[in-house]
Amino acid sequence: MTETLISIKNLKKHFAISSGVFSRTHDYVHAVDGVSFDIGKGETLGLVGESGCGKSTTGRCILRLIEPTSGEVWFQGADVTRLGTDALRQLRRDMQIIFQDPYASLNPRLTVGAIIGEALQIHGLAKSRKALEERVVELLETVGLQPDHLFRFPHEFSGGQRQRIGIARALAVEPKLVVCDEPVSALDVSIQAQVINLLEDLQEKFGLTYLFIAHDLSVVEHISSRVAVMYLGRVVEIAPSRALYDTPLHPYTEALLSAVPIPDPTVKRKRIMLQGDVPNPIRPPSGCHFHTRCPIAKPDCAQRDPELLEKRPGHWVACHYRG
Amino acid sequence: MAETLLDIRGLKTWFATDDGLVRAVDGVDLHIDRGETLGVVGESGCGKTVTARSVLKLIDMPPGRFEAGEILWRGRNLIPLGQDEMDKIRAREIAIIFQEPMTSLNPVYTVGYQIAEVLQQHEKLSRKQATQAAVEMLRLVNIPNPQKRVHDYPHQFSGGMRQRVMIAMAMACKPKLLIADEPTTALDVTIQAQILELMQEMKDKIGMSVMLITHAMGVVAETCQRVVVMYAGKVVEEAPVEALFGNPRHPYTQGLIRSIPRVDRAAEHKERLEAIPGSVPSLLNPPTGCRFASRCKYAMDVCVRGLPPLKEVGPGHRVACVL
Repeated sequence: MTETLISIKNLKKHFAISSGVFSRTHDYVHAVDGVSFDIGKGETLGLVGESGCGKSTTGRCILRLIEPTSGEVWFQGADVTRLGTDALRQLRRDMQIIFQDPYASLNPRLTVGAIIGEALQIHGLAKSRKALEERVVELLETVGLQPDHLFRFPHEFSGGQRQRIGIARALAVEPKLVVCDEPVSALDVSIQAQVINLLEDLQEKFGLTYLFIAHDLSVVEHISSRVAVMYLGRVVEIAPSRALYDTPLHPYTEALLSAVPIPDPTVKRKRIMLQGDVPNPIRPPSGCHFHTRCPIAKPDCAQRDPELLEKRPGHWVACHYRG
Repeated sequence: MAETLLDIRGLKTWFATDDGLVRAVDGVDLHIDRGETLGVVGESGCGKTVTARSVLKLIDMPPGRFEAGEILWRGRNLIPLGQDEMDKIRAREIAIIFQEPMTSLNPVYTVGYQIAEVLQQHEKLSRKQATQAAVEMLRLVNIPNPQKRVHDYPHQFSGGMRQRVMIAMAMACKPKLLIADEPTTALDVTIQAQILELMQEMKDKIGMSVMLITHAMGVVAETCQRVVVMYAGKVVEEAPVEALFGNPRHPYTQGLIRSIPRVDRAAEHKERLEAIPGSVPSLLNPPTGCRFASRCKYAMDVCVRGLPPLKEVGPGHRVACVL
């Protein structure tokens, strides 16, 4: 494997639930419950899972947009979770994020030029007004927009174009790592393909590293070199993306893959139907979090936590009975 | 040839807005036979939802109006019918389920009350009979512990469970046609698989037809017998599902199918997606010729001059393209 860019170790985020007059904390949502993985330089790691599995929280904890409860995030020789305000601001130049909702993530009162230029000004990356404008125009062209879009407002753009603006904003500070949090989920399929192709081109051009968070397994498989599958706050399987799709080891991954509809009526597959819903993350099931819905669960799955182990080269899985 | 239940001919549903006339549905022909599942696919704003709502006359008028066309339900035109007559058709003959299971249930009534209301209204059952029937409906859609759940409010159900409640409500009067408007779009894949299976089960039990509106080609391939592809308020292609995926004739359909990443195909991995350039034209001033011409790689002069009519290219396979 190539050089590691970022290393996440046993990351946890427990959100306190408080109520009553004194806002006493009486429970915790175990959103992220001990997640560890590495991302190599220039690699795309896909992070998949269903709503509420903690994938977005993981992404945000890495950037400290949400303060993690515990754990370590090693990036360029420093533990991100311990950085002070100034060091953190420096760090944010190297780590950027692209959000899901292109309608909510752009300030409607700012022009596109101001949105993209803001980070350049904050980090003092433009020497003059003219230099700033030139750089913003260059960024607009990089993501396939027109220079005259500079003075327009977000509402004048379609969803796909807004997502391009979001990408230009993230690229402005020349980051090393970009966390893409469901960047194409809100887009129509024909536009989705445009944005995916753009992200791939930019990765090649600028040597970017992506953490690509999405619930759409086909998209993740397409763009990622490795994929991590999350369930109820934990990573259940990590593998090179082809291996994950060809020979999934964890029963959850298997079920998830078999549920993806294939756009070809001649393909007939056996579907593994999972019963019920994802359990409540306030009181996750004991032992393996998946045992309540697992088709191969045995009694001890409810007692023992499975460890994430390398069962085949590069293929890690957290299951007592598979691999 | 099976009996035709619904036959939409030349339907135009337009909306008067401050910016001008929006031609959301602009001359749509489609029909549904008894017992079949028809998929209506297209991207946001192509008019698929407006077509569906037009059938049940759930369009606010004004701003909307039926400009032209007929909606023949078992030979009878629905457009001139008044409120009372439509009420006899809604729920008993044609039922609808919506995309958002969160917002389409009334939050201040129990689900039992809401299902019972349909039965009281349309089947003239007493309150007690209707509540009893509601329990049976919940049991039918596999909601565990229906006697107790019937007294719960919508917020006490998960997304998938709410969609089950919506299906129970739609099925209550055993309609002949179910219009499902993006029924699984808001749901996770494993839950989507459950709901699609449930719809199939219900269809077999009651022997109804289904009009499935969706943007997901995978869902169409797995559940429909026939497909209608819409683009910018018009039908561009209509075909049996195998023909549509095996031999798509319209460049837009081809683009739609090719722009989706495929989980099941190893060989195509890392190949670039074929994106459709540009975005959907405005329906305020739609182009005079073929509406797809500006994004079509095969566009010629003749495409811009006149609107291509739907013509037969195979058994049940019609396409609106000059090629």
